[in-house]
Amino acid sequence: MEMIFNSLSEALFSCIDDHEHLVISFDGENSQFIRFNNASIRQTGLVDDAAIELKYIANGRTCNGAFTVSGNQSVDLERGKSEIARMRLEAKEIPEDPFLVLPQNSGSSHEIKSVNGLPFKDAVDALIPVMQGMDFVGIWVNGKMFRGNANSLGQKHWFETESHCLDYSLVTPSHQMVKGCYAGNNWNQNEYEKYVENSKNKLAIMERKPVKIDTGEYKTWFEAAAVADFLGMFSWNGISEASLRQGCSGFGRMRHEDVRLSPKFSIAEDFSPGFCPKFNSEGEVSQDSLLLIKKGELENTLVSSRSAKEYNLNSNYAESGEYLRSPKMASGSLNHDNVLKQLDKGLYLSNIHYLNWSDNPGGRITGLTRYACFWVEQGEIVAPIETMRFDDSFYRFFGDQLVEVEDKLTVIPETSTYGKRSLGATTCPGILVNSFALTL
Amino acid sequence: MKLNINLQELLGAIDVPADWVGMREVYEAHTPRMIRDGVPVANGRYATHGVMVEVLVDGQFGYYGTPNMTNEGIADAAVRAYRQAKMASKYSVFSFDLKARPPFKGEYHSPYSKDRESLSAGSLNQLLLSAYNNLKVSDKIVSASSLCQIIETSSRFISSNGSDINQEFLMLEFDLSATAADGSNQQTRTFGGMRGTCRQMGVEFFDKYEILSNANRIGEQALELLTAVECPSGEMDVVIAPDQMMLQIHESIGHALEVDRILGDERNYAGWSFVKLDDFGKLKYGSDLMNITFDPTLESEFASYAFDDGGLKASKEYLIKEGTLLRGLGGQESQIRSGLDGVANFRSSGWNRAPIDRMANINLEPGMSSFDDLIGSVENGIYMESNKSWSIDDYRNKFQFGCEYGRLIENGRLTQVVKNPNYRGISIPFWNSLKGVGNADTFGIYGTPNCGKGEPNQVIRVGHASPACLFGNIQVFGGV
Repeated sequence: MEMIFNSLSEALFSCIDDHEHLVISFDGENSQFIRFNNASIRQTGLVDDAAIELKYIANGRTCNGAFTVSGNQSVDLERGKSEIARMRLEAKEIPEDPFLVLPQNSGSSHEIKSVNGLPFKDAVDALIPVMQGMDFVGIWVNGKMFRGNANSLGQKHWFETESHCLDYSLVTPSHQMVKGCYAGNNWNQNEYEKYVENSKNKLAIMERKPVKIDTGEYKTWFEAAAVADFLGMFSWNGISEASLRQGCSGFGRMRHEDVRLSPKFSIAEDFSPGFCPKFNSEGEVSQDSLLLIKKGELENTLVSSRSAKEYNLNSNYAESGEYLRSPKMASGSLNHDNVLKQLDKGLYLSNIHYLNWSDNPGGRITGLTRYACFWVEQGEIVAPIETMRFDDSFYRFFGDQLVEVEDKLTVIPETSTYGKRSLGATTCPGILVNSFALTL
Repeated sequence: MKLNINLQELLGAIDVPADWVGMREVYEAHTPRMIRDGVPVANGRYATHGVMVEVLVDGQFGYYGTPNMTNEGIADAAVRAYRQAKMASKYSVFSFDLKARPPFKGEYHSPYSKDRESLSAGSLNQLLLSAYNNLKVSDKIVSASSLCQIIETSSRFISSNGSDINQEFLMLEFDLSATAADGSNQQTRTFGGMRGTCRQMGVEFFDKYEILSNANRIGEQALELLTAVECPSGEMDVVIAPDQMMLQIHESIGHALEVDRILGDERNYAGWSFVKLDDFGKLKYGSDLMNITFDPTLESEFASYAFDDGGLKASKEYLIKEGTLLRGLGGQESQIRSGLDGVANFRSSGWNRAPIDRMANINLEPGMSSFDDLIGSVENGIYMESNKSWSIDDYRNKFQFGCEYGRLIENGRLTQVVKNPNYRGISIPFWNSLKGVGNADTFGIYGTPNCGKGEPNQVIRVGHASPACLFGNIQVFGGV
């Protein structure tokens, strides 16, 4: 793939005149997908996909174009030349963009992760035996992913990795479920089997008859996976500088009214673990770590170079959508072994589901409990709960209602495969909240 | 630039001992244009082109999605798909045969009178810029945008048992948005909810007078919402406009009736369903006024087509009639697995994803009441327009929706504007509280380009058309 990217980009840069700029982004994958239902295979297949996106800049105008990379050099070059010709014409008739960002050559990078993954041909026999006897449902995703970026000033980045992810649920006969996600780069059969066996052991408690909880406010423990879902909302009308400036951010109260979250809450954009490339689709490289909220106080927002130009700020080289790519929330002092005792009476939520802003300016988020969610009394799990809707503000559960933060961090991998496989992960602890509102 | 390929010749290059081979070629180009705050922020053209080769081996389907559309590339793809299917066949959920891919031949061309090139990039940018100027009715409008996306899709499906289907689509997404803000007090108004305005049509859609007058109205309403009182809380009657009804139908009917969900395929991702296989023909889903159709034939609706991506011929069918559940959203594979009647809804997001059960056009058929009848029958209630927030549980029971714009209904009349109108409920009791269905004059055609489902994930276009509807005793509430 890298050779294809290199030769295609060099050929396309040679088509550009002196007064023109071209930025080329590349993403691709060679993937295996196996979909399971009831520990059997529902659908399976392989996908080879790669796409080039071109950003053409001339005369104060920007146009974009993208095409699928077939692997046949003459076809791909013809597609690229055709796009450049189209954008060249279009740039003559669209309005000037006063905030366009010209590319720079700030240095190149090259990162290829060598791994010992599970060969495609071995996947079925490696995965299925340990599932037998269970109602196992989920998806196996495996293979290489590629990201590249180059510009007509000579800057070039390449990132290549290989990973696997088995994202699954185990289901009891009474329809209670436990979630698992076995992900990584190197395949270890023993470790995989132990991971699934551990999930199986968690099912025992799910066999208890679920209890129905009344609406109201409860002391609540959120496991790291649930916290990661809340943090995901920061990427959607949250931490983006453009969203704040355009009046559609839930962080407005922090910006305009000096409202602060709990001193126990800190979060950074942290690329140091290498879950995803540090370069963005413009080819700009972010710093290793950028503190966003420090002890409850908004320190930084995500600022793309376009927002920086539009609002006269310094860029921190966020993606153009100003979303979190590798967030890391700071740990606290609560040991997981003490969670039930500290909770004493209330809710233990392992996962949450289908979040949305119910009142974005107020920071209010609605969603549902899902998977292993329990009612706790006297520091003991009583039973799973029936699904409940919540509607509460992050200004409360990350703010004045935040009692304690777990002392350990968990890595929650990005599992989205919309259009293409995603890179990245959220690293966060669990949290204990004094009061959390269930509404239906 | 679309590469012309001979799909029949490529099929001839395949040499695997499969029971069946199919090929689906998809070319799709998106052309987005957007003006935000007076400057262009999107002028692009994003094309994707590839083939999904699918084989049936020992009762198991296997696929290989590839952009390499040469004889060698397709032959290799078929070999790899064959190996994948063979490997999986000893653990198949269900052993399929050729009945899963019945052979059909035919064509579909979505309706339009002016193609994409009839309106230049420059002219479209100028129109969007004019719309922006009309949205910006005050300095309190801190951000405004006008956008459109033209989508051109070609899909060709052929198979070893004689299918040969060609479908061509020209589609539009359009939106206007104005955000008024005063500190952390923020209100956004759009043109039918986020991207709710999406249709199969050409650039004849761009009627300058209508777009500019709507832009002006949206800007004024955003401003109006900034100073409006909060929506009251309590149980009351609600009249819901078609641009919110569309999401109510989508979340609490459409997804719940997908047969692959009911069969458990989606339990690890989107979830299960409260609907069970033995509910069909029996379950009283809603009041007698409720008539829901799967209708791929409604002209210009976003997800009209003649054949699904498994090659099954599509027709209009009642899913719910006079409140009783009749039929699920199950394509040919789900119909075989479940033994239920279904519809042609085996759809994929493109050449790199295998089809699954999806919604297409799921509509609520018009009733008899005029809009004035609906409002006039309410003593104390809220009228709500345009979705801005949505959430529902994994069984499709407990939902909550927020709308952009509300008005009080007092003694049979629309009165003051309220902000942050929200409501929540549970699907079956909610639909059984349906007590008024608007007539054809209140009927609106909407849809969404962003319906997510499936593993691997797929986002797909769906259409929803509905009249305005009245529901009794609904839990309503406002903002913080």
